This record gives sequence, C-alpha cells and structure tokens, in this order.
Amino acid sequence: MDGKMTKERKDRFTTLSEIEVKRLYIEEDLPDSSSIGLPGEYPFTRGIHKTMHRGRIWTIREFSGYGTPEETNRRYRYLLSHGQTGLSVAFDFPTLYGYDSDHSFSRGEVGRCGVAVDTPRDMEIIFDSIPLDKITTSMTINGPAPVLWAMYIANAEKQGIGKDEIGGTTQNDILKEYIAQKSWMLPPEPSLKLIVDTFEYGSRYVPKWNTISISGYHIREAGSTAVQELAFTLADGMTYVKAGVERGLDIDDFAPRLSFFFNAHNDILEEVAKLRAARRIWARFMKEEIGAKKPRSWMLRTHIQTAGCSLTAQQPEVNIIRVAYQALAAVLGGCQSLHTNSMDEAFALPTEKAVQIALRTQQVLAHESGVVNTVDPLGGSYFIESLTDEMEAQANRYFEEIDRLGGVLKCIRGGYFQREIADSAAKYQREVESGERTIIGVNAFQTGERPRVEVLKIDPEVDRRQIARLKEVKATRDEFKVERTLDALRKGEENGENVMPYLVECSKAYATLGDMCDVLRSIHGEYREPAIY
Amino acid sequence: MIRVLIAKPGLDGHDRGAKVLARALRDAGMEVIYTGIRKTPEEIADMAIQEDVDVVGLSCLSGAHMTLFPKVVNLLKEKGAKEVGVMGGGIIPKADAEKLRACGIEEIFGPGSSLKEITESLKSIVRRKGENA
Repeated sequence: MDGKMTKERKDRFTTLSEIEVKRLYIEEDLPDSSSIGLPGEYPFTRGIHKTMHRGRIWTIREFSGYGTPEETNRRYRYLLSHGQTGLSVAFDFPTLYGYDSDHSFSRGEVGRCGVAVDTPRDMEIIFDSIPLDKITTSMTINGPAPVLWAMYIANAEKQGIGKDEIGGTTQNDILKEYIAQKSWMLPPEPSLKLIVDTFEYGSRYVPKWNTISISGYHIREAGSTAVQELAFTLADGMTYVKAGVERGLDIDDFAPRLSFFFNAHNDILEEVAKLRAARRIWARFMKEEIGAKKPRSWMLRTHIQTAGCSLTAQQPEVNIIRVAYQALAAVLGGCQSLHTNSMDEAFALPTEKAVQIALRTQQVLAHESGVVNTVDPLGGSYFIESLTDEMEAQANRYFEEIDRLGGVLKCIRGGYFQREIADSAAKYQREVESGERTIIGVNAFQTGERPRVEVLKIDPEVDRRQIARLKEVKATRDEFKVERTLDALRKGEENGENVMPYLVECSKAYATLGDMCDVLRSIHGEYREPAIY
Repeated sequence: MIRVLIAKPGLDGHDRGAKVLARALRDAGMEVIYTGIRKTPEEIADMAIQEDVDVVGLSCLSGAHMTLFPKVVNLLKEKGAKEVGVMGGGIIPKADAEKLRACGIEEIFGPGSSLKEITESLKSIVRRKGENA
C-alpha cells in the first residue's frame, strides 16, 4: 500500500482524558455481551428504560437564579413560557453556606451568582404562580440542603400541596463539596448524618423527591478527567449507600430516590461511554455488593449539564457549537434531564437571549435531530463498547486505590481527591498554553477581536432589598414560636434524632436559614479544608 | 525570589483558576503561598504582611470583587504595607476592572487570560515596585 495513505497526523490519538484510541475497532474489541445487555435491563449499560427518549423527552431544566426572588421568578416564568419543562434553582453564596443576607460574610455576595433565600417568604416569591404539584424543582444546595428542602415543603403545604405530591431534587451531596465545589457547612460526619435523615424522611413522606443528586459535574469543572469524575462520583455514591444501610434503612426504600449529575465535556464519544460505564458500575454495585432487590434501586438516573469550564471568553459565539455537541453527547448517553449552558457564561450569568438559544439547542435535538428515534443508537459500536469497558476498568482501579487509602472520608481529609484533580487541572492548562491541546479561538484560529457580548448586570441594590425583607419577616413573625421550634431542633439534633420534621416546623414559624444553620453549626462546628494547590 | 500570596476573598469556592495559577507561578520560580478559600480581607492583608510578600493575587468569581478587592488594598495601606502590589482576577466585567484599577489594584485579569500574561505582568509589577522603592 502507498505509504502516504497510511501516514497519520499524530503518533498517538487519545480521548480528552488521555485514554489511548486505536485507529480502528473491530468485533474482537467488544466486551462480553452480558456487559452490554438491553435498554431497561440489568446492568442498564444501554439505558434505564426500554423506550428511553421515544417514551419521554428528557426534562429540559436550565439552572437559573439571580438578583432578587422577584427577578428569579420572572426568569422562571420566561423559561417555562419558552418550553422549559423543569426548574433548577441557583442560590447565591451566602445561601449555599447557610448565612442570612445580613451576615457580615454576605457583604457584596447577595444575589450575585444565584438568588438569596433567607426565609420561606423568599421561597413563596420565587415560586409564585408556579404549580409545585405539576412542575419538578431541582435545588443546587448542599450543606444546608435539609433546611432549604424543609422551606420548600413548608411553602408547598402553605399552598395546599402535600409532601407526597411534590417532585424534585435537592443536590445534598456534601462529599463532592469537600472534593470540588467547596460550599460546605458542617464537618463530614454530621453532614452524612443529615443526609441519611433526608433519605429516611423522603422515603417515608416525600416519595417523589430525589433526596440527593450525587454529582460529578463539579469534580469535572474543578479540573478532573472523565475517569476521575466517574470514579470519584460513584465512590461518593457508594459511601452514601453504606451510610444509609448502617443507619438500618432498607436499601430498597431509599435507593430508588438516589439520583446523579454528570458533566458533558467536549469529547463526544468519551462522554457517551462515561455515562454508559456509570450505569453499569452502579447497577453491579447495588445488586451484587449491596444486595438491593428492586430493579429501580439498581438504576442510575442522571441529570447532565454541559461543561461550563469548556466555554471560552474568546469568540464566545463558538460556545453555542460546543454546547450543542456536548448536549448531543448527553442525549446519546441516555440522560434523564439536561441543562445546556449559554454562550455568554464565561462573562456573567446569562442574558434572556443567550439562555433562549441554550434552550432551543435542546429543543432542536429533541424535535429535529432524529437522535431520539431509536434507543441507544451507539450501542454495539465496537469503539463505544470498548471505551465503556475501558472506563469501567479505570474507575475500578480508582475504587481499589480509595479503599487502600481507607475510604472516601479519609481521602478527603488527606487531600487525595483534591490533589488528583489539581494535577489534572494544571496539566490541562499547561497543554492549552503550550498548544498541545487545541482550543478554537484560544490557541488556534484566533481573530484577535475583543469579544462584544451583552452581559447581564445584577442590580447593586439587591443586598439592600434582600436585607429589608429579612428585617420585615423577622419583625412580623411570632418570636416565641421561632424560639420554641429552634429549641426543638437543637434537642433533636443533640439526641441524634431525624431532624427533618423539626426543620419543617422551624420553616413554618419563619425561622431564617441562618437561624437554623446556626443551631447546627453551634453543635458541630464548621469544616475547614486543607489548602492544597 | 519573588514572593506571592494567592488569595480567595469572600465566600467564592471556585478555586480551579487560583490553584492552577499558584502552580504556574511556582513553576516560574516564585515562592507561592495559597490561602485556601473563604478568607476575609483582614485575614488576607495580615497574611500578606506576615509572609512578607511582594504581590497579592486576589481571585474572585462570585461577583463580590467590588466589595472585597478595594478592602484588601485599603487594609494593606492602613497597616503600613503599601509597597505590596495587588492584582486580581476572575469574572470581572471591563467597567469594574477600570474602577478597580482606580482603587489601586495594579492589574485585573478577566476570563480568557493566559498564565503567561499573568506571570509576565506580575514580574513587571515587582520590577516597577523595586524601581520606585
């Protein structure tokens, strides 16, 4: 054969996460057929449902929240009127850490990268005119997740909607906070106790709620590879399951409400393989290691968000294309719900125009692209199946290493995950700067033009307005009732009881987020991280 | 050897950029101290003085930069450490960057900045400070 025909552009081809990729995959590269199986059947490599997106399009759920509760409510109604099918609340930093807007730490942060919730009054405004029994709400909240969930329940009940009728998700995944996202509150052990409280309460009283969203998204955003994202997330999940079982909960009571959240980055086929591997690892763990009996307990249901860290400030319009490919990977990977990022998010929270394009990207995939017409169209592909297998094998090696180091909590305290991720992030950036890794507009095909994008501005008065409302709520609530419910919360937590019922009572009395979190902090103290770079 | 404090003021937990930069500066031969996240402006100013750094690099992606960055500059001045250069980075709109420069922040690096330009700029701040001393 002519030498020119076989010469390749590079000596070595890899996925984005440096997994070696061969020129061609053939039948011999396929794993055992029992590893592949059928959609809706164990081990769910090909998807958790028989009909997948032929049965139901994934939930279109744009993560959103900024400024005042009123502005956030307007944005939600805008998104719903344009065809969004679920809500997803972004809280500001003080809320994520469990501080009220008038706390000294909150200065300058109120309403900036999300909406502030100080009291159930803010919840009432955020969800005004939105039917909580018909629309599901996801809340990105972790340290104070039980508190915000209690406020949501109290708000629904005030509207006459029972706990058993509301649906949604609280992220409630504290382990990845220590590892990557960093919005923690209490130390790991009492945090895990609160999470198990939510598993127990949810399975008894709020059956349509996903009590946790075990998240790799933030691990990836912090700089991990796809394999690290896969392995660390599932290791966290296994830790939660074991904590629930240790409490004496029946695995088949709480496992069906565990949900997941992964990232969709630039390498389309690697992302598809990652999601397929995740489902298979989880199913095998739940059935074979934990002994769950219900098929629903074996299923990994997941939300996906396109990779915020892949967005560039240079030529921001190109981000529309990146997001579209990433969303395609999420759909081909069998997601249950999806957030697509907006083109302007390297600069600010998105404008209405930008978020509309992001929303339309999902609608084009759902209604025009044809990829939803058959279930798992990539299933059986020599390459996809082989890569799925390879990612599972690499994740298994991480699980062994984490076990060897004494488990997830010990790895967090020792900074193992944090170092692994920092190494990957530094390597990635070095490769971008050296040009080894091509990023369009950044180190290739530059135009040198200054990007001209219109960005969303947050009203600087938002702090003042939020603090004024907090004062008003405090001035009009029944202080005696607040004291009494907070006191019950304290006693309950000190006695190791499930504190969810107490938190709901505190919320009904209009205790603030800070009131409730202060009780928990005064008992357990706050987490401090080892500063590693 | 140039001594740098990479600091995360406020509640912002986005530390990928700060950590990647800390490593790049270390690899460029500087002595780098990283504060970790959630530091108050007071803690950062005190650390800068204790560690006797040439430059403080502030990182903030939460939108609280207008409140937090000028505070660090003012505290350093109040504490008699006005020779310490302060630079900042994060999701900072251009209009804010100009205001921050007027408050005494030497340089602001927004989204899309490269490690190389930040490193070079830091070196030139230290050079300038040396010439003026």
